[in-house]
Amino acid sequence: MTRALIKGPVADAALPEVDMSTSLGGLALPAPILTASGCAASGRELDQFFDLTSIGAIVTKSIMLNPRSGRATPRMAETPSGMLNSIGLQGPGIDRFIEHDLAWLEERGARVIVSIAGGTVDEYGKLAARLRTVRSVAAIEVNISCPNVEDRGQVFACRAGSASDVVHAVRRHSDPRMPLFAKLSPDVTDIVEITDAVVRAGATGVSVINTVLGMVIDTDTMRPHLAGVTGGLSGPAIRPVAVRCIWQIRQAFPSLPIIGMGGVRSGKDALEFVLAGANAVSVGTAVFHDPSAPSRIQIELQRALGARGFRRFADAVGFAHRPADLPREEDPDEFDFISE
Amino acid sequence: MAVQVRGEILDVRRAGAYHVLSLTAPGISENVKPGHFLTLGIGGEESSMLLRRAFAIHRVQSRGVYGGTLDIVVGVHGKGTKWLVDRRRHDPIDIVGPLGRPFVLPKEPVSTVLVGGGYGSAPLFMLAEQMRERGCRVDVILGAATEEKLYGALELKRLASTLTITTDDGSLGQRGRVTDVLGSLMQANDTAVVYACGPMPMLQRVAEIASDHQAYSQCAVEEAMACGIGVCMTCVLPVIGEDGVTRMLRACTEGPVFRGDRVRWSDVGTIPPDTLGAPTAGGH
Repeated sequence: MTRALIKGPVADAALPEVDMSTSLGGLALPAPILTASGCAASGRELDQFFDLTSIGAIVTKSIMLNPRSGRATPRMAETPSGMLNSIGLQGPGIDRFIEHDLAWLEERGARVIVSIAGGTVDEYGKLAARLRTVRSVAAIEVNISCPNVEDRGQVFACRAGSASDVVHAVRRHSDPRMPLFAKLSPDVTDIVEITDAVVRAGATGVSVINTVLGMVIDTDTMRPHLAGVTGGLSGPAIRPVAVRCIWQIRQAFPSLPIIGMGGVRSGKDALEFVLAGANAVSVGTAVFHDPSAPSRIQIELQRALGARGFRRFADAVGFAHRPADLPREEDPDEFDFISE
Repeated sequence: MAVQVRGEILDVRRAGAYHVLSLTAPGISENVKPGHFLTLGIGGEESSMLLRRAFAIHRVQSRGVYGGTLDIVVGVHGKGTKWLVDRRRHDPIDIVGPLGRPFVLPKEPVSTVLVGGGYGSAPLFMLAEQMRERGCRVDVILGAATEEKLYGALELKRLASTLTITTDDGSLGQRGRVTDVLGSLMQANDTAVVYACGPMPMLQRVAEIASDHQAYSQCAVEEAMACGIGVCMTCVLPVIGEDGVTRMLRACTEGPVFRGDRVRWSDVGTIPPDTLGAPTAGGH
């Protein structure tokens, strides 16, 4: 008899009871795990591996105004505990995305956060205006930090002024109640300064972090491995950078909604982000390794929270920021630190 | 539809320059068609190698002591494939499959040629069997750099109407390339469809020769993939659609089998300027 079992997010009676709902500045989600933009396409391909409606939301791949071919290949290199990519925002353009992808997601009943990317401030405004007519958009993630653009000037997230201009344009063209998340780059001197700028410009919260700009040289050909020369580094290799960014932003903005992402591959990794201050956690590169990762990680996170005595996910957000002298084990009703 | 299963290694055996791995893959092996592929998680759950490795499905047994099992042929190219061939019997392995669009089989019992370069012959075994069942003539050409890098010549000889072997160094069969013999074989047997799997330059030449002989070609490409399931967009190549428009299509979900006359072989690795959404001057 085979010992092999079909893997999947099976209903498990042993799951501890934890209220997993989260709130992202007006956006209430039943669960805190999301897909990360660019790692789930528009969700459809992942639906065969887990129930898309079981996680908090699908964050779609950044969409631009017009169809876009992306960059030449090779577009990817495996690196230690990570990968480098330079896709160049290949996509069908906003019109086809709305007709084809968003319509499908709506029919499927998934909650959707749409990621948008533009080459100019004006383009971001147009994208926001176009999305205003679509009911099924739960929130917009404004990708101002994609490093895969040849013109370094296009990385809006690297300067407070340009980051602010983009968010301002999106805010102006969106429904005033639409939650907006600015996706920030870790490749800055002071991420708190950029956060401050986008919040002032009307962002509901921030998504941190996008990939870290990196490069691989092929030692056989002795040339850059990627056709795009540089690329975005993702995966567990960048996880501590993400934790640090979330920590710094949470310290400066005690109640700002934060979506954390960057190398999460297990429930414990997700918990680390939550403890640092994330209100939701996106799973990205881990999907390439394990296509059912978002649902698996959500279950693991629930277990990890339950094992630490949390009854509500929301209580764990930013918990690592508590004063050092706060009792940990004196109050077992409150915090039951069971090691796994 | 693809599924993700926890399978088990049943056997790892040497075959010339390659290794053949037998895996239990319940839920996958029952649904495999020739040309489908699978991906394997490498290095275990805490692996520093995040990207799955893709392999053409070589053979399936949907019933037996172990339930559904299947075989893949592995060439060791790096750390990931090395890890894989070092597995022992009963080691667990994370499998996703069947993936991709398989070969399209002819409705009529036409004359076909199957061309395999190196271990590109792996998916041709099932194809040859099914083609013979349909009453098709199946001529097989296998080619490789050396005899050691040929895979499955003996068994394909049994499955095929004829088998022609070429090696670059002449260590077995005819010295030269598979494409040196394809044209005359097609001429002699009035070939209607050519099926091919192997390196890109071989596929390009096969597609050209097939077109020259007014035959269809079905080419299974091997592109570097990160996810294998259509979400990462790394494995793209320029392909002309029915509307005449070139798009960057994913080898994992829109392939790996493409019509040879649709792929812009000379432009693989680039974005042709007339591609839908191609960068304007200055690039993107």
